[in-house]
Amino acid sequence: MTNAVLAGTAIAVATGLVGYFMVLRGQVFTGDALSHVSVTGALAALAFGIDARIGLFAATIAVGIGIASLGLRGKADDVVIGSVFAWVLGLGVLFLSLYTTSRSGGNGAAGVSVLFGSILGLSATRAYVAVAVAAAIVLCLLLMARPLLFASVDDAVAAARGVRVRVLDVVFLALVGACAAEATQAVGALLLLGLLAAPAGAAIRLTARPYRALVLSAALGVLAMWAGLLVSDVAPRVPPSFAIIAVASAVYALSFLARPRRRGSNASM
Amino acid sequence: MGAHFSWNLVDDLRQLFEFPFMVNAFRAGTIVAVVAGVIGWFMVVRRQAFAGHTLAVVGFPGAAGAVWLGVSASWGFFGFCLGAALLIAALRPEGDERYGEESAGIGVVQAFALAAGFLFISLYRGFLNGINSLLFGSFLGITNEQVLVLLIVGVAALAALGAVARPLLFASVDPDVAAARGVRVRALSVLFLVLLGLTVAEVSQITGTLLVFALLVMPAATAQQLTARPAWSVAITVAIGLAVTWLGLAVAYFTPYPIGFFVTTFAFAAYLAATVARNGWRRPWRFKRARTLAT
Repeated sequence: MTNAVLAGTAIAVATGLVGYFMVLRGQVFTGDALSHVSVTGALAALAFGIDARIGLFAATIAVGIGIASLGLRGKADDVVIGSVFAWVLGLGVLFLSLYTTSRSGGNGAAGVSVLFGSILGLSATRAYVAVAVAAAIVLCLLLMARPLLFASVDDAVAAARGVRVRVLDVVFLALVGACAAEATQAVGALLLLGLLAAPAGAAIRLTARPYRALVLSAALGVLAMWAGLLVSDVAPRVPPSFAIIAVASAVYALSFLARPRRRGSNASM
Repeated sequence: MGAHFSWNLVDDLRQLFEFPFMVNAFRAGTIVAVVAGVIGWFMVVRRQAFAGHTLAVVGFPGAAGAVWLGVSASWGFFGFCLGAALLIAALRPEGDERYGEESAGIGVVQAFALAAGFLFISLYRGFLNGINSLLFGSFLGITNEQVLVLLIVGVAALAALGAVARPLLFASVDPDVAAARGVRVRALSVLFLVLLGLTVAEVSQITGTLLVFALLVMPAATAQQLTARPAWSVAITVAIGLAVTWLGLAVAYFTPYPIGFFVTTFAFAAYLAATVARNGWRRPWRFKRARTLAT
């Protein structure tokens, strides 16, 4: 449980911060695509008998950089992203069948833990590695937060002011990829989109100030993580992945009750 | 399966249709490919790939919940997909500029639905091996009744879509002008999401919830690379959908690997071929350089 809280907190902070920029930039679908890519990465690693984490990080970071460097971003290219990840998922199915047929010990359970996570099963060393990776992601993001914010709000003006918009695109999607791989260990490949989108979506609804929203997003993520772990501790039949995502979704739903803010009326950096 | 591929194609075809389950698989695959292709074509035109993908995965908790409660999985598929379609329609904000926020909402719906599916499966013990067939589908063991239900729902969805096709296309291409000309854009948008929900609920019972999206998006994306004329484009979409489904079924029958892999791979190959045919090999690089100069 200590390991779960430690790793979970670090992962929630990282996904909350990265998720805020992802929502701001309108790249939630890219996050969705990367979450499905992580299924394939992990299953490929399992099928070839290497550490699932290597497959996870390699696949998601590579596809993240690929999407960014092809210039496929925003609304116009959803179809390309969708076609690519539908095929990558098809590859995942192939690896799943290779894994379940070729390894005698392999059954559906390993595939299920990739898809839906097993945060309570993290060992101490795995938890420490997860914390270190999360810290690295947060550090990178904070170093580029100011120019990234500028580029996310208005990339043409940012480029004119000498911000290297293309480089930021690529580095940011690499970070989203790393974050997706990281969160897969906690809540699983299929659910990590909730950790990326829900706290950030709620924070953006609650405040228009970017840095406040950034901190709020991370805080809501941690809140969902802790509350979810607590619920699954009290009621052991409820899987922690479900409890975490349920709390995050509830927070997002509650944010609709808050007074709707006026866009741009009190925005300040 | 004991099937052996040979270069005697007549014999291969005979083997392919030797068993009733393969005949039903081809019937179901044909219906699924046509319906998913046509609805997917509108989905791609309307740039609602993310909503379509979310509706597709929502079928999973529906089916898992239905199995947990002991009712037919079909009820779960239809109930959850239609419910999620209405929810996404309700989340859609007024203006177009709030795309980021809307997609955050869709993402939350998707993650919560999948999480709920996982909860149902954990509550219903001993179902763990069923997960993979729910998620990744199975063309085997489709009954005659299922084919009939597929046909009825598919024809109903296509008839409804056909009735609104012209105004829907207008509203999809230019919502502002369409609204100014008296087209009820908002109502059409809700209706389309409901039809999309109905279609994916139907299709995902056969293909599994994770692979519906491939049949929705890839044939349509390929066709739109090839022609800009709507009628031709829809026809090509259906043709590609049928070709990859039939080919996928046939190849999967003769090899030990899953159908989902073959269908998505053939569809993606068609998409890549169409993109290259349209743009040429060198074009992506030129495009990139022009973009870099512009920024």
